Order: sequence, then structure tokens, then C-alpha cells
Amino acid sequence: MDSAFVIEKFILVAVIFGISLVIAMYSTYAERKVAAYLQDRLGPDRAGPFGILQPLADGVKMFMKEEIIPTSSNRFLFIAGPGLALLCACIGTAVIPWGSPVLIAGKTIPLQVSDINVGVLYIFGVVSLGVYGVMIGGWASNNKYSLLSAIRAASQNISYEIAMGLSIIALLLMTNTLSLKEIVDQQHGWRWNVLYQPLGFLIFMVCSFAETNRAPFDLPECETELIGGYHTEYSSMKLGFYLFAEYINMFVSSAVMAALYWGGYNYPGMDSMAVWLGPTWAPLFGTAVFFGKICAFIFFFMWVRWTIPRFRYDQLMNLGWKGLIPLAIANIIITGVVIAIIEKF
Amino acid sequence: MSTQVFYFVATLSIIFSLMVIFAKNPIHSVLYLILTFFTFTVHYVLLNAQFLAVVNFIVYMGAIMVLFLFVLMLLNLNKETEPSKSPLIKIVGVIAGGCLVVTLIGSLKSASITSPLILKNPGLGLVENLGKELFGPFLLPFELSSLLLLAAMVGAVLLSKRDEVEA
Repeated sequence: MDSAFVIEKFILVAVIFGISLVIAMYSTYAERKVAAYLQDRLGPDRAGPFGILQPLADGVKMFMKEEIIPTSSNRFLFIAGPGLALLCACIGTAVIPWGSPVLIAGKTIPLQVSDINVGVLYIFGVVSLGVYGVMIGGWASNNKYSLLSAIRAASQNISYEIAMGLSIIALLLMTNTLSLKEIVDQQHGWRWNVLYQPLGFLIFMVCSFAETNRAPFDLPECETELIGGYHTEYSSMKLGFYLFAEYINMFVSSAVMAALYWGGYNYPGMDSMAVWLGPTWAPLFGTAVFFGKICAFIFFFMWVRWTIPRFRYDQLMNLGWKGLIPLAIANIIITGVVIAIIEKF
Repeated sequence: MSTQVFYFVATLSIIFSLMVIFAKNPIHSVLYLILTFFTFTVHYVLLNAQFLAVVNFIVYMGAIMVLFLFVLMLLNLNKETEPSKSPLIKIVGVIAGGCLVVTLIGSLKSASITSPLILKNPGLGLVENLGKELFGPFLLPFELSSLLLLAAMVGAVLLSKRDEVEA
């Protein structure tokens, strides 16, 4: 482990963190602009041209607000909750391959922090860990509504994790690897997994909506029933952390969906582009394509939020247990049979 | 390097698992248990058993402990609701604890420092090798244990169903 390696990884981690924070910041802006567009309004337009400085203004507001910690709350856990939520949201970016190796100053640098051979499972673990921030914060608030919300978040996450895992299994049957890098490389050009696993992708996408607590599955923060949900008692930047964690989660799950099913940094005609642009710019162009896909998914998240009304809680559970899990199991069986037939003949 | 990390993490495991027992609040106990499981995950990584590490992470930290926390939050245990223990239970507890101490002392007395075990195949914990082992020589026990889990699951569903009919 030489120092060049450490510096290289350090820079990569810093850049990825920076990018995910900026994207999360501008997702809050985009969310309001998309909502405004879908509802035929203008949206934020005061801070800077087209309201482009709105996220900065929001950030300043969050930091300047009075910080309130309820006297009957558990002080340490009350503060740890939002921190944990943000941490769990951020560490998912470590195994995502952002691009093919890029040649900079005569050195090939992989655009992935760590290519562990259980990458898919790591993502899955981080996702399942994400609920602790909500649960701990909700419990530590010592508020009935927060507690109810925390319990809802926990049962929702556990229910949808199963369907999510099962939908990934069908994909893994095809790819024969758990490394995200290899899965993306297998989708070279047009061979995107979504073409072979449309049902698996649909299940995975619905589950990631539920795992990120986004509408129509945002029952943990259902304001008509639970005031503000798990962050009812939170103010200032601690509230900001929770909101921010949601947007980072959205970014990470968009990236995972794009990498697992939509080819990641692969695009049709990439080989001729690689010849034309050379070993430095072609991978960076692939990364740009990847980010384009991610942004499309983020837009889709927002589009759905402002189109579909929230589920009722029993509907949510019915969909998860009686709809998605049997579908995912059927998908595994079909995939397995088809693979067996192909291998036989 | 790896030995130092091991001793550091091992100390943390012991401290956290002691805190699980000593914490007054059951929620704190569960949170310490989660930390304990996290240190176990680090141990698995140190042993180069990456698959076990990540499965421990997902299953124990991500699923089972969430359920524990979920149940405890539903129960909302307080100091007032804690059942008072009768003297008989206390005496039984003292005797059981004494037996445990005797057993521990006895086993520690006969213990000797062993040399660390060196695996013939250090990559055994990787997914591919583990899968080949499980689905090769250990296929029958593996499938049987999955049947056992399925039976337990069906049993749990059945129990909850029966409650519903009576109510």
C-alpha cells in the first residue's frame, strides 16, 4: 500500500463525496422546480437566476435556525440519529463503479473506490442499515408520532428488503458475479440487463422507492397522520441532515439501478467513441453518460412523487408481501429455467 | 498490523457485549448488541471471510436487530413495567451464576496458549469457494437446513393465523 495509492483513493473519495452532496443539494432545488412544473407554477425563482442559489439559501437557513433538543429526549441518540442517517446514505457510494479506468498523466486510475467481490451484497447491507437513523431518531425524540413513524419505517424497510433481495438474485443468476464492476462491464454497449430482466428491474425499482421512503411509500413521514413523522421534534441542521440523507439515498439508489440494470457507463457505440476520444476522455464521457442516467432516475423519482398519491399502510404491506415477493420468486424460477435451457442446448 | 487491529476490535467486542448486559435501558442494550455484531463483521473481514462478513452485516445488523428494536419499541418497556423479582428467583440466579464462575475458572485453568491456526486455503471465505463447498460436499445438510428454516417460517405464520380466527 504505497502513498500514491492512498492519495489517489483519498482524492477519489473526496470527489465522490463532493459530487453526491452537490447533487443532493440540487435535488432539493430540482424537486421544487419539477413539482412547480407539474403543478403549473413557477417554483423558486428569487435567489439568483432561475432561483439557482436557492439550495445555498436553504443551507444558510438550516444552519442559522435555533437548535432545539426536547428535554425528555435521549440527548445522545437524538443527535446520533440524523448523523447515522447521513453516514449510511453516504457509504453506499464506495462500491459503485463510476466509470471505466481512466488514463491520467500516464497512470490508469480506476473510477471506483473499492471493487470488493461482494459489492452487490455490500450495497444491500448499507440499504438495510439506513433505517437505523430513522429508528433511533424517532425513538430518542420521545414523541408518540415519531415513535409510530420509526416503527413504520422499520417494518416497511424489512418487508421491501426481501423483495429487493429476491429481485437481485434473479439478476445474479445471469451475471454469475457479485462484483458491481464486473456486472457493469458485462453490459458492454447495448447488452443492458434491463432488456433481460424487465420484471426484476420493476420490482427492484419499486423496492428502492420504498427503501428510500419516497412517495408513494413515504408513510414514515405521512404528515396527515403523523405530523412530521420521525423528524417531528427535529430543528435546524439536524432536520437538514434527515432531509439531505433522503436525497443522497435517492442519488445512490438511482446510481445502483443505473449500474445494475441500465448499463452503468456503457452506451451504444462506445467502442468507436473510445477510439475517437482516446483513453482519457472516453471513460470520462462514459461517466458523464452514467450521470445522465442517474439524473434521469432522480427525475423519475420526483415525477412519481408528484403524480401518484400516497399508499395506505395496509396497501403498502399487501403490495410488498402479496404482490412483489411472489412476483420476485416467479422471476427467479423463470430466469433459472431459461438459463438451464440455454445451457442445455 | 492485522494483529493490532484484531486486538483493538476484540477489546471493543468485549466492551460492547458487556455493555449489552449492563445497560439499564433495553433499547440501549439492543444498540450495543448492534455494535457488537459490527465488530464481529470486522473480525470476519480480518479472517478474509468476506461473504460471511457481509451476510453477518445484512442478516444480523440489518434484519434481525431491526426486528429486535422494532419489538422493543412496540413494547415500550419502562422501569415501572419491569417485573419485580421474587427472592426465590434471586437465589436461583446466584446459584446459577456461581456455577458459571466455577465452570469458567475450571476451563481457564486447563487452557493453554495455542498457536494460531493457518488455513491451507486462505481464500476459503470468498463467495465462489464457499458456494462450491456448500453445494458440493455439504449439499444435503445445506438443503436440509433450508427446509428446517422454511418449516419454522410456516409454523410462525400458522400460529399468527390461528390467533386471527379466534379473535
